Amino acid sequence: MSEFIHNFFNAEIMAKSWKIILVGLSNTVQLAIVALICAAILGLLLAVIRGLKNKVLDALIIVYVDLFRALPTIVLFMIVYYMLPFFGLSFPLFWAAVVALTVNGAAYFEEIFRAGIEAIDRGQWEAARSLGLDFRQTMIKVILPQAIRIVIPPATSNSLELVKTTVLASVISMPDLLYKAQQAAGLWYNPTPLVMAALIFLVLLWPFVRLTSYLERRMA
Amino acid sequence: MNIRGLIDSFFNVRIMLDYLPALARGLLVTVEIAGLSLALGLALGMVLAVIRVALKRRGNPRFVRWLNVPLAFYVDSMRALPPLVTLVVVYFALPYLGVYISRFWSAVSVFVFVLAAFASEIFRAGIESVDRGQMEAARSQGLSYLQTMRYVIVPQAFRVALPPLTSRMISITKDVSLASVIGVSDLLKEAKLGIANTYNTSPLIAAAILFTLLFLPLVRLSMLVERRMKR
Repeated sequence: MSEFIHNFFNAEIMAKSWKIILVGLSNTVQLAIVALICAAILGLLLAVIRGLKNKVLDALIIVYVDLFRALPTIVLFMIVYYMLPFFGLSFPLFWAAVVALTVNGAAYFEEIFRAGIEAIDRGQWEAARSLGLDFRQTMIKVILPQAIRIVIPPATSNSLELVKTTVLASVISMPDLLYKAQQAAGLWYNPTPLVMAALIFLVLLWPFVRLTSYLERRMA
Repeated sequence: MNIRGLIDSFFNVRIMLDYLPALARGLLVTVEIAGLSLALGLALGMVLAVIRVALKRRGNPRFVRWLNVPLAFYVDSMRALPPLVTLVVVYFALPYLGVYISRFWSAVSVFVFVLAAFASEIFRAGIESVDRGQMEAARSQGLSYLQTMRYVIVPQAFRVALPPLTSRMISITKDVSLASVIGVSDLLKEAKLGIANTYNTSPLIAAAILFTLLFLPLVRLSMLVERRMKR
């Protein structure tokens, strides 16, 4: 038992690695927020474009969505990482991770927002258009406000998945929470920092797991 | 931006073909891990769902219902933790606990536990969506609780569970490539070896193409299932 505590809940190691872990946590939080906003905006934009019912644009978006729903996210991270030299060496890893998360997350958000927009009765479109509102006005003033209510449960659970996906940034050596925890674990040859990282994720994300369950149940 | 260089180091067909046999070997490992994880994870998830529903039955003594708490904690932690974190912690922690299993089986067990947690939630929601009258009718016909579950409730629950289940199965299958992080020789690991040997990114692009070919039909299938079930 004491060996177990020594290896996984070592107070001395915790005290030593606390600062390293905090740096990682701060990077993870920043990455999660920026990527979430970018992915949601791009996803919404694509979903609205699909509302135009333009065949060419539709086909392009479908290919994009299918491709990135099929490609494992870690592969996408690595492709972005290896492409960096072609965009100049000073391109920061943080933004590389944001690009990978946005491209991947937007594919899922597009599907969710589109389903929400399509769930609104056609009569709403026809009524708004016949009152003289143009496409943009109808979308912003009539359709989207109603679609939001339908979209909230799946969008919340997708946001949770996106936040969980941020740990893949560690694979391209962006110093996020997991990367820093692995660094600390290697430094002192003790898995305690990894346990700390896991606990931090657990404490931060557990409320959102409960929230998604609650929202899904309420909508059902 | 150097377009010529970009094409040469990402779409070099000769290098792609050179590494095709190695990539195919890796693909086989990926498919093995995915198959094992899906089969075991779904089975475990189903068992967990039935156990959780059975524990919550009215009329159970209070301590029996309390047995749900550790199960709920397990399910919630798997839903809250990024699978990569679970994988890294398990891989690093097991030797300290005196457990020595191969990287392959470390990966499989993590995916099984993650999938089982999600699947049990999905199955449980399915079971709870079946009307109470079904249970009452079956029981009054003389079927035991387990028989009712097996022959009446679970088959109906399965229909409700199918759309979310397929999309979760796809996401777990995509997560299998995380196993390369702990050194399992899957498709992605073979691609990384290819990059290291040739200083060229083409093997990774070839792997990405293989992944897409493998998963695209599944993604389409899951969308079809979702649309079917909505009607």
